[in-house]
Amino acid sequence: MATSTSTSARTAPRPTITASDEELERIRASYKRKNSTNVTSIIGRVAFWVLVVVVVIYTLFPFYWAIVSSLTPTNDLYVTPVRFWPQSLTFDHYRDVFKNGTFVRALINSTIVSFGVVILALFFGIIGAYALGRLKFRGKTIILYLILSMTMFPGVAILGSLFQLMKDLRTFNTLQGLIIVYLTFTLPFTVWVLANFFRAMPDELEQAALVDGATPIRALREILLPLAVPGIVTTGLLAFISAWSEFLFARSFTIDDRAKTVQVAIAGFTGNQQFEQPFAIKMAAAVVVTLPLLVGVLLVQRRIIAGLTAGAIKG
Amino acid sequence: MSGFREPGGGNDARSRLLPLKGSFMGTSATDAATTEPANAQQARRSMAPSSGIGRQQERLGWLLVLPSVIVVLAVAIYPLLESFRLSFTNYRITRPDRMRYVGLENYRQLMQDDVFWTALKNTIIFTVSSVALETVLGMAVALVIHSQFRGRGFVRTSILVPWAIPTVVSSLLWQWMFNDRYGVINSILIRVGLQDKTDNFSWISSPTTAMGAVVAVDVWKTTPFMALLLLAGLQVIPSDVYEASYVDGASKWQQFWQITLPLLKPALLVALIFRTMDSFRVFDMIFVLKAYATETMTVAIYAQQQLIATGRVGYGSALAVVIFLCIAVMVIGYTRLIRVEEI
Repeated sequence: MATSTSTSARTAPRPTITASDEELERIRASYKRKNSTNVTSIIGRVAFWVLVVVVVIYTLFPFYWAIVSSLTPTNDLYVTPVRFWPQSLTFDHYRDVFKNGTFVRALINSTIVSFGVVILALFFGIIGAYALGRLKFRGKTIILYLILSMTMFPGVAILGSLFQLMKDLRTFNTLQGLIIVYLTFTLPFTVWVLANFFRAMPDELEQAALVDGATPIRALREILLPLAVPGIVTTGLLAFISAWSEFLFARSFTIDDRAKTVQVAIAGFTGNQQFEQPFAIKMAAAVVVTLPLLVGVLLVQRRIIAGLTAGAIKG
Repeated sequence: MSGFREPGGGNDARSRLLPLKGSFMGTSATDAATTEPANAQQARRSMAPSSGIGRQQERLGWLLVLPSVIVVLAVAIYPLLESFRLSFTNYRITRPDRMRYVGLENYRQLMQDDVFWTALKNTIIFTVSSVALETVLGMAVALVIHSQFRGRGFVRTSILVPWAIPTVVSSLLWQWMFNDRYGVINSILIRVGLQDKTDNFSWISSPTTAMGAVVAVDVWKTTPFMALLLLAGLQVIPSDVYEASYVDGASKWQQFWQITLPLLKPALLVALIFRTMDSFRVFDMIFVLKAYATETMTVAIYAQQQLIATGRVGYGSALAVVIFLCIAVMVIGYTRLIRVEEI
C-alpha cells in the first residue's frame, strides 16, 4: 500500500537524502515562497481565488436563491430579468405553508418517523456495535460482512416484497410501518460506524471495571457510553438526515395525510388548486424542511465529515 | 483508529480502506480515546482472556448482536428472497387469486421490453455522465479545500450544504432555477446573450435537454460527497513527498499526475464504487422532476412503476432482481479491481 510505505518513510531514517536540517528548512521555505515570486504564480493565485469563489457560489447559490424567492412578494417574483437581491421582504409564503394542513401533518409525521427510526437504530446499533467492536465471539466476521454489505443495499430490490409484507401486516400507510422499513438503511449504518468507534477506544477503559466485578453491560453503560456520546450524536444525526430525506419508501408505502412524510408532501406541491403561486411557497416549504438539517450539520460539521467518509452513506 | 482486521477479512476492499478513513477521523482530534496506536491494541487483544470469560463473551456477544441481525434478516434479507420468489410468479396486486409460478417468463419478457432497454440505457448514460462530472469537479473542490488559505473553514462548511439538503428539495430548487419564464438560469443566459429574449426554453420539459438537466442537479448534489472522500485521501499523503519532488524540479502539473493521483487511487476507487452504485439506483431526484417520463426513465423508476403504480409485482420483482444483481456485480468487480492493484 503506497500510503503506508510513505508513512513509514517519515519515521525511518532515509539512506539517500543526507541534507542537514538547515538545508531542508531552506528548501521548505523556498517551496512555500514559490507561489509569490514570479508573474505566472500571481496568475496562478488569482486563478485559485477565482476557483474558490466559483466553488462557494456554486454550492451556496441554489439554497440562497430558495431563501430569497421564499421571502419575495409574489409580484416581484415573477419578473424578467430576475432580481438577485430582494427589493422588499414578506413572510406571507411561510404563513401559507404553515396554514397548509397536509404540509403541517407531514412535518409531524416526518418528525415522528425520523426520531423513531433514530432511537431504534441507535439502541440496537449501540448494543450490536459494542459486541462487534469489543467482544470476541464466533461468527463475528460473518456478521460484520453482512452489516457492511447491507450499508450498500438497494432499497428498490425489496420494494415489491415490502409492499406486500406491509399490506399483510396491516402496516401499509402507517408511521410504524415506515419506521420499521427505514431500519433497512439506518441500522446497518449505525452498527457499522459505532462498531468502528467502539473498537478504537482503549481497552483499559472498561478493564478496571471488569476486574472489579462489573458486568460487561455495566461497563458499557457507565464507562464507554459517556465517552461515546459525541460519536453517537453524530451517527444519530446522520441516520436522522437519511430518514428525514428518504423518498422511495415514503412515496410507495403511504397514500394519504395519515402517513405522508414531508418529502412526499413537498414533491406533490403542484400548485393551482391549493396555491395561487406555487413556486414561492414551494421554496418556503423547501427552506422549512431543510433548515433543521442544516443547523444540525453546522453544529457538528467536523464529525459529520469524518462520519460521512466512514459510513459512506448515500449523499 | 484501526479498521477491522478479522481473520480472512484482510483482503476485503473496505477493511483495507478503513485505515484511510481512520487517519482522517484522527485529524479532528476531538476525542483523546482514539489516539492510541492501533498496533498496541492489536497486541493486547491477542492476549486472549481465559476460557471462562471467553465463553461469557461468546454468549453476550451473540445476545447483543442478535437484535440487529434479526432486524436485518426480517426487513432486508427475507424481503430480498421474497423478491426473488415473486419474480418467478405472475402476481398482480389486482388479481391476487390468480397468482401462479411462471418460471423465467418475466425475465424473458423483460429482455423483449423496449421500455426496460430504454430505462437501462438512460440509467447508464445518467450514471456515467454524472459520476464522471462529479469526480472531476469533486477533485477540483478537494484540491481547493486541501490547500492552506484564509477562509478555508468557510468553504469546507459551504460544500456541506448541497449534501445536507434532501434530494427532493434539491430537485425543487433546481426546478425553480430551470423554470422557463422566470428561472434564474434562463435569465442569466439571456443577459449574457447566449439565449434569445423571447425564447423561454424549458430545460427540464424538453426531451432533448431533460437528461442533461437532471445530471446537472445530481452533480450539484453529490460533488460535495465526492470532494470529502477525496479530501480524506489527500490528507493521508505526507507533504514531504511533494517537497522531495519539488527539489527534483517537478512542476505542480507533474506533481498532480505523478504523485497525487497514484496515491489517491484507493480513495478514488472507494468514492467511485459508492457513487456508481448510488447513481445506478437513482429514483427520487429524477422522479420529482420528471415522474415516469420516458426520456429520463431509469431502471429504478421503471421498477417502482411496475411494483407500486401498476401493481405488476411479479414482473416488477424480476426487474428489481436484475437491479440487485447489477449492483452486486459492481461491488464484486470493484473489489477485484482494488485487490489486483494491490493498494
